[in-house]
Amino acid sequence: MGFGFVYGLTARTVGAFSPIEAMAMSLLAFGGAAQFAAIGYVASGVSWPAIALLTFLLNARHALYSAALAPWFRGRSFGERAVAAHVVTDESFALAIAHFRRVGRFDPVGYWFAAIVTTMIPWNLATFAGVMLGDAVVEPSRFGIDVIFPAAMAGLAVALIDGRRALVAAFAGAAIGVLGSLAWSPTIGIIVGGIVGPLVGMATPETARAREGGA
Amino acid sequence: MSTDLVPLAVIMLAVTYPTRAFGLLNPAIDRLPRRALEYLRLVGPAVLASLAAVNVMVASTDGRSTFTVGLPWLSVVACMALVAWRRNLFLGLAVAVAIAIAGRAAGLP
Repeated sequence: MGFGFVYGLTARTVGAFSPIEAMAMSLLAFGGAAQFAAIGYVASGVSWPAIALLTFLLNARHALYSAALAPWFRGRSFGERAVAAHVVTDESFALAIAHFRRVGRFDPVGYWFAAIVTTMIPWNLATFAGVMLGDAVVEPSRFGIDVIFPAAMAGLAVALIDGRRALVAAFAGAAIGVLGSLAWSPTIGIIVGGIVGPLVGMATPETARAREGGA
Repeated sequence: MSTDLVPLAVIMLAVTYPTRAFGLLNPAIDRLPRRALEYLRLVGPAVLASLAAVNVMVASTDGRSTFTVGLPWLSVVACMALVAWRRNLFLGLAVAVAIAIAGRAAGLP
């Protein structure tokens, strides 16, 4: 909930999103990292096709979550699975998969509770509160709000690092992003860093622990 | 009230939903090449780190980009350290903001 609040606040103060725009992102895109990244893309003037590509790549990990959930949804209707897909996020996946493993079967109440009650509703309410407060902040840097966006991006990156390859990809993405920004523009730097960084990571030998974990 | 970015939210839904539905509606994810899956796994850290680094290390004025060093570096590093240590992003953000407020009150840029 706190993170949704920070998203709303940042969307308003950094990206100049209106409440409707910030809420539309939270309802439709419904993905913390991609939404935060979109603030940076919009503020940096990244084109919409490029934002679409980067959003797709950034959210592609959801395909892995979806595949992991699929066996638990076996036998459920197409409609239920289609709606369930929209609320697959880092948080709802973690809660749902842990619950299914604990009870040993698919539990519709558990899934929808995790996805809607504990994730989607608080995220949207917190976004609304954040964007409304952001409207009232005249000088964001005085309250340290300007550091929230880069700190959130860096913190989320750290949370996703689960081995040497991910670490190298993050460092490469950062270095290429900065060098590309200085050579061309921040827009190009961010895109090139995000696309080339993973390639550098893939060229790195993985740690033994990550290999054993299936990474 | 502006609604200019609502279509962008719809586009983000259009490119995100297929990834979320792929496994649940068609469990063909297993057929993706292993290297493609590995690339997708690494996109998250790379994109997020790129955004963070450019935001704190590059300043753009009049179309020119320059390397910059300042208080936000300290805030971001503190947040990263706390997330790595406590796995708590909200705590990291709170400390990052506190450092920025304290630093600026002390006159740091």
